[in-house]
Amino acid sequence: MIKVEKRNDVSRSIYFLTPVLAIFLTLFGGGIIFFILGFNPIEALKFFFVTPISDLYGLSELLVKATPLCLIAIGLSFCFKSNNWNIGAEGQLIFGGIVGGGVALLFYNHDGFYVLPIIILSGAFGGILFAMIPAILKTYFNTNEILVSLMLVYVAKLLLDYLVVGPWSNPEGFNFPETRQFSESARMPILFDGLRIHAGIFITLITVFLSWLILYKTYLGFQIKVSGLSLKTAKYAGFKGKTMIIIVFMISGACAGLAGVGEITGPIGQLHRNISPDYGFTAIIVAFLGRLNPIGIIFASLIVALTYLGAETAQIFLQVPKYTGQVFQGMILFFLLGSDYLLFFKIKFLGLKKNEL
Amino acid sequence: MSFDLNFIGILIGAIMASSVPLILAASGELITERSGVLNLGVEGMMIIGAISGFALMVVTDNLFFAVIGSMLSGLIISLIFGLLTQSLLTNHVATGLALTIFGIGMSAMIGKNFVGIPGKEFPLLFVNLKESIPFLGPVFFGHSIILYFAFGLPFLTNYFLKKTKTGLIIRAVGDSPTSASNQGINVTLVRYSCILYGGAMCGLAGAYLSLIYTPQWIENMTGGRGWIALALVVFATWSPIKVLIGALIFGGITILQLHMQAVGLRIPVQLLSALPYIMTIIVLVVISRDSRKIKLNTPTSLGQIFYKEK
Repeated sequence: MIKVEKRNDVSRSIYFLTPVLAIFLTLFGGGIIFFILGFNPIEALKFFFVTPISDLYGLSELLVKATPLCLIAIGLSFCFKSNNWNIGAEGQLIFGGIVGGGVALLFYNHDGFYVLPIIILSGAFGGILFAMIPAILKTYFNTNEILVSLMLVYVAKLLLDYLVVGPWSNPEGFNFPETRQFSESARMPILFDGLRIHAGIFITLITVFLSWLILYKTYLGFQIKVSGLSLKTAKYAGFKGKTMIIIVFMISGACAGLAGVGEITGPIGQLHRNISPDYGFTAIIVAFLGRLNPIGIIFASLIVALTYLGAETAQIFLQVPKYTGQVFQGMILFFLLGSDYLLFFKIKFLGLKKNEL
Repeated sequence: MSFDLNFIGILIGAIMASSVPLILAASGELITERSGVLNLGVEGMMIIGAISGFALMVVTDNLFFAVIGSMLSGLIISLIFGLLTQSLLTNHVATGLALTIFGIGMSAMIGKNFVGIPGKEFPLLFVNLKESIPFLGPVFFGHSIILYFAFGLPFLTNYFLKKTKTGLIIRAVGDSPTSASNQGINVTLVRYSCILYGGAMCGLAGAYLSLIYTPQWIENMTGGRGWIALALVVFATWSPIKVLIGALIFGGITILQLHMQAVGLRIPVQLLSALPYIMTIIVLVVISRDSRKIKLNTPTSLGQIFYKEK
């Protein structure tokens, strides 16, 4: 006989242990899928999760992928904590990339230490600008932010497409849909020769620290957390709901914009059609897996970054499509959400009592 | 380009065809939302329907099996959502997003071996009538059976929700699960059923794309239609007939945009392609501005987790 009981208080250790459980269940589920597809599950999982990070280059790639994921997820955690469902970070990333990339092209012939900071700031500004659309529509017109932020992703993608095909395309580029390569002064410094890991990781780490500071040491962070727990309480306490919506969208827009500009000035070095392999969407999973907690998000971003690398490796060695990564990402989120049940409910396995027989 | 009557008839026929997946998916989601469940996985369920319909068509060479199979697979994948949100009480928004991400990945994995295979011709009804009657012919005839079903569905849904006992129960569950539960209604069961129905309709919407509208399999071929369908439900303020009107408007924009590209207007292609998305935002703003109107029609418990202490 199984009995389910509601827990009165949420245990903190289980709170951070269920993500680990979710990861193990995902590995198990992935193994089953690989088995159905006719692969040796252990070997396939090894290709997916071990081979990609078994050398220095692989580890650097892991950090290259985790850098934008972590950054965006940190921003999103502010939105999600306060019950604002910004799911269009992908659009904010692309728009940040567009604005940053535009500035980089503007400074094409400039050399100087000031070029990169200006590009980075304009990227963040672009992200904020784009995030303001759903935020303002939500606060002043009561419009659903989920749908607006999502629709804007498509708009941003098409705008980028228009720019790299049309006005911004490389004049010497034989009509390829891409801009010029940015000049050296517009590129993120590479940290180690021969690897792609770049200075963008410091932006991410600083953001993690700042977000921890804001969330746990300031009044604003307190307001965000309270309104996430109970809107009524927040109203009663006199928090300004509208201002807060704008602020959390600004933070997450800035983070996504920074991630976008980090990509184009880092590993990519120009604008083209696919500046992001859906980092903005995947970061949603990272934010949840990290429990909307800055430190948790660092770990989560590394794990989810591994699914990107794993999908690339599996594509080469197992000839499975690169979308396989998304299957794993979806599963992680399913299992994570599902195992949250253990947080709120106690499952007791009881022996049958005599009087029940 | 001539603007004769028959051409306009063909244009209207094309608009109707492009609105079918939106009508099907939005009508399904409408029932789900009326029961108080917000399933953001429409895009994922549609793409799963699209690939399973196409794959079954290739494997069994039977369009009937393909259509039924797509609905079944939509239903099965929505069962994951049901299991999580209803039995394990997870957050609807996050679970729906996971379903979409999972669905897109899964469909690409299944679809790997089906890329580049040509589709099969889907039988169209009353083709001779389409050609013999000017204007009205291409509007009303020469469509697939799924189109006729889709155009009847909003009326059926309307009748079902307003006039039948089951419809009343669904609305009661969506508006006040606690009182419904106190009346002896099994809220969880009702919600499960509505989720599965929504999944089946989204699956069918996907199959319409891969079997009839553009008969082939392309990765990510739903291209955001699932999200537009979700927006349509809000646009329609949860009324089935307005879903039909909204879907026709969006179908119209899509077709108009294609024709403007074909005519070679000096407007960037990308701007035209962005029109449906921009229009969605504008329409949402106009609809939502009046918060009273939205509140009046929104299922009161939409997206909220219902837990009954046993």
